[in-house]
Amino acid sequence: MPMAMIAMFLNIDPNRIAPALKEAGQQLNGSEGEVVLDFSSVRRVDSAALQAMEDFAGIAEEKTIKVVLRNLDVDVYRVLKLMRMTRRFSFLH
Amino acid sequence: MSVSEAVPPRTLSPTAPETPSAERIAYLDGLVARAKSAAAVFTQYTQEEVDRIVKAMVLAGLEHAQPLAQMAVQETRLGVMEDKVIKNMVATEFAYNYVKDKRTVGVIREYPERNLEEIAEPIGVLFSLTPITNPTATVLFKCIMAVKTRNTVVFSPHPKAWRCCAEAVRVMYEAALKHGAPEGVFACLESPTLPDNAYLMKHKDVGLIDATGGPGAVKAAYSSGKPALGVGAGNTPVYLEKSADINTAVVDIIISKTFDNGTICASEQTVAIDDEIYDQVLAKFTELGAHVCNEKETKLLESTVIDPQTGFMQPLAIGQKATDIASFIGMQVKPNTKLLVAPIQGVGREHPLSVEKLFPVLAVYRAKSVADALTVCIDVNHAGGLGHTAVIFSRNDEVIRKFGEVINAGRIIVNSPGAIGALGAVYNDLVPTLSFGCGTGGGNSTTDNVNIYHYLNIKRLARRTQNHMWFRVPNQIYFNWNAVENLRQFPSRSTVIITNPSLEQIGHVDIVRRNLPPETKVHVSVIPDAEPEVQVVLKGVEELKFYKADQIIALGGGSVIDAAKIMKLKYESPEADLEELAAPFLDLRKRVVEYPKDKTNRARLIAIATTSGTGSEVTPFAVLTDKAAGRKVTLADYSLTPDVAIVDPQFVISMPRGLTADTGIDCLTHALEAGVSSYASPYTDSNAQQALQMAFKYLPIAYENPRDEEARCMMHNAACIAAMAFSNASVGVNHALAHAFGARFGVAHGRANALMLPYVIAYNAAVPTKFMPSPFQHGYTAHKQYAKFADLLGLGGNTVEEKVQRLIAATEQLLDRLEFPRSIAEMGIPKAEFERALPEMVKSAFEDPSWRSNPRMPLMNELVELFWKAYEGRSAAKTADAPQQQTV
Repeated sequence: MPMAMIAMFLNIDPNRIAPALKEAGQQLNGSEGEVVLDFSSVRRVDSAALQAMEDFAGIAEEKTIKVVLRNLDVDVYRVLKLMRMTRRFSFLH
Repeated sequence: MSVSEAVPPRTLSPTAPETPSAERIAYLDGLVARAKSAAAVFTQYTQEEVDRIVKAMVLAGLEHAQPLAQMAVQETRLGVMEDKVIKNMVATEFAYNYVKDKRTVGVIREYPERNLEEIAEPIGVLFSLTPITNPTATVLFKCIMAVKTRNTVVFSPHPKAWRCCAEAVRVMYEAALKHGAPEGVFACLESPTLPDNAYLMKHKDVGLIDATGGPGAVKAAYSSGKPALGVGAGNTPVYLEKSADINTAVVDIIISKTFDNGTICASEQTVAIDDEIYDQVLAKFTELGAHVCNEKETKLLESTVIDPQTGFMQPLAIGQKATDIASFIGMQVKPNTKLLVAPIQGVGREHPLSVEKLFPVLAVYRAKSVADALTVCIDVNHAGGLGHTAVIFSRNDEVIRKFGEVINAGRIIVNSPGAIGALGAVYNDLVPTLSFGCGTGGGNSTTDNVNIYHYLNIKRLARRTQNHMWFRVPNQIYFNWNAVENLRQFPSRSTVIITNPSLEQIGHVDIVRRNLPPETKVHVSVIPDAEPEVQVVLKGVEELKFYKADQIIALGGGSVIDAAKIMKLKYESPEADLEELAAPFLDLRKRVVEYPKDKTNRARLIAIATTSGTGSEVTPFAVLTDKAAGRKVTLADYSLTPDVAIVDPQFVISMPRGLTADTGIDCLTHALEAGVSSYASPYTDSNAQQALQMAFKYLPIAYENPRDEEARCMMHNAACIAAMAFSNASVGVNHALAHAFGARFGVAHGRANALMLPYVIAYNAAVPTKFMPSPFQHGYTAHKQYAKFADLLGLGGNTVEEKVQRLIAATEQLLDRLEFPRSIAEMGIPKAEFERALPEMVKSAFEDPSWRSNPRMPLMNELVELFWKAYEGRSAAKTADAPQQQTV
């Protein structure tokens, strides 16, 4: 299988997760590729960030873009698991 | 909580009355979704963050204690504002005092000595029902508990207390949010309805229901299928016993029963007062502002404040002042009357005031005796108060304890007010709460004062423990030629020598006699040369008693020494029940039966072995045959171990060759099995390995040259050393098979062992079908142990597999050299007969405790296979390439 084209690579700033994802969502183009969100610096998410991630995943799904969360902290992964959101993302460590 | 919550009624049927509208469901789902998100975010918080938020909430609650109390009284028209302020402060300040230093995040408790840690796991979303009687205090308390445990709450207040509760939630939420709590941590239903509650109780994202309410709500919570904390109804019995401090008791009862106009369900309901002090107590009530009703007034109360249809209290009376109740029913009382005291004659429907009364009406009963008082209290307890609260005033500890035993209440309050006492942390050291668990008596899952630990999943991190082991052998072991001379150092007034006829005939008893101190009175008890029978043992015990023995010398093989061990046991502890002591066990340290420690007589047991195999002179085991019952009884306890062992080869030099081979192979089997046992330790390994080397070297020499003194001496020592190993590491499946086969076909134990041995080595060296749980071992090591044995014997081989094969081959060569039959068939046992006996032998082998320490857990079909191999005599070494022979 051919490798998926990386449509976007974004380092997530822990202090502005929600706005960053909102902006990124607006820039997503409809193409069969993947978006890599680098969460290396993120140690915690709040409700707003969760909502933004959910919205971003929705946009990506509509455009058949795979969302890859890179270096996600395990505590944050647990939050996504509790929110039953992990199935909407791929994970890369 | 209490039946008061049915007033105004909020009875939830376990089956929801109706479903909320789609719009309402969307609203409810939205509340839960926000709470769920908040709960997920909350999992990331540290203890310090949580504690900071809790403190801020507590301060906010204290600041709003008075306005919230005012709101509660105005909205519910129940209780006393001043008391509700106190409740709000207890719910915040006292709760905080309890939780502030408690860990609720991450590792919350450590037990280093047990290698255990407890780790907190939040529950998530709680759905909480709160009552009309203690509306704001309950909300404040639950909010604090929830945040302390990183949970979120959706509240459903009693509809008649909704505004004040919503305000309490708002106060808590704003304080929490301001100090960093996740958004959505609390929510309060607007205009809650029964269908709302029914829907939320079954909501997939609600983790726990915390129902503080009436019996209907509690039952609905428990019927929802969700984990639930529900607290039941109360009807607090009080015993005012004659030794009590009457002034304290009466003041305390008035404090409690008038607190918030009696709305706390732990408050006193019926007081049984000892006859001797009854009049004095009533006078004290009157003196302190209570009105003691006459018979007519009591009847009036019965017919008005209790519903004659249901037998429960009238809703309108709940939380009202005594004077208001009196006025309402037309009873004349002084204007400052605090409490209405109504004498009753018993408990039950014919005595209406004996039920719960959440208003300032107190039933009193003149008790004719302690038994009468306790009986009445039990009746009250069972009339709607099971599991809740009870109170006793007494200075008689015996009565207090008896009260505690016969009354079923989660809180038994002594010499203090019931209502405030039950809340905890004011009059006693109970955990502060606004929710009283009532145990199964009240249909609840706990009798605790509900607190933070009920809001947590507590995970236990259990690290593997290094269990202690042991190595126990006799205090003194004398060995080598003429070791028997050491008998001289043991003074005795009366010594009984237990031996066989043959050993007496060949002069062994005389050797022993010669070596005893001259002043010793010696008696000889000759027993048959066979496994000891119960009757033989009991007869021997009588002889020990008759001669008042202070020393027993067992001179013989395993049977004689075993008999002497049991005789000593029964002699020293006549009440010892051999049947009971033979009960099966898995771990010697944890077994159910205990060997007697009290001793009527005391005697030293010296064991002098006259065979080189069983090692019974140093073991804690003894086998007894019960002919009447047709079975064997195996006893095992270190108290059976002889005090002194004498391993003198002069007693074995004349052993016949066949016996030399049989007992020698028993010794070898002990060493091999102890060496791979799941109970093996470095202590037993060293003995097993030494015995193995000695047996391989000297057994054939002793067999072929019986008069070879060195070989005899070394084999005698080897047997003792191997026995020290298996006394502490036990044996294995070889012994289980040999016991079953030997017993069925009357084959000598050593010979039976020999028939199984090569196949059992191959079996244990292979990958087990089923591993044996063995906390003492790390990984599966039997094959490596066998390989080590091969190295010790200098058998060569490059790999573990090769070494195991060489050990098997060497064992088979040794058996050949000792001229053992190499198959059961070779012994002349017909195949058909063997086949018929097989099921019973397999059952017997499986029931044998010997294999419990085998490294590999034997399955029944594997036992069958091992028996067949032994029958047919296929070489174990040759079958090593079979699939089951694959090594780990």
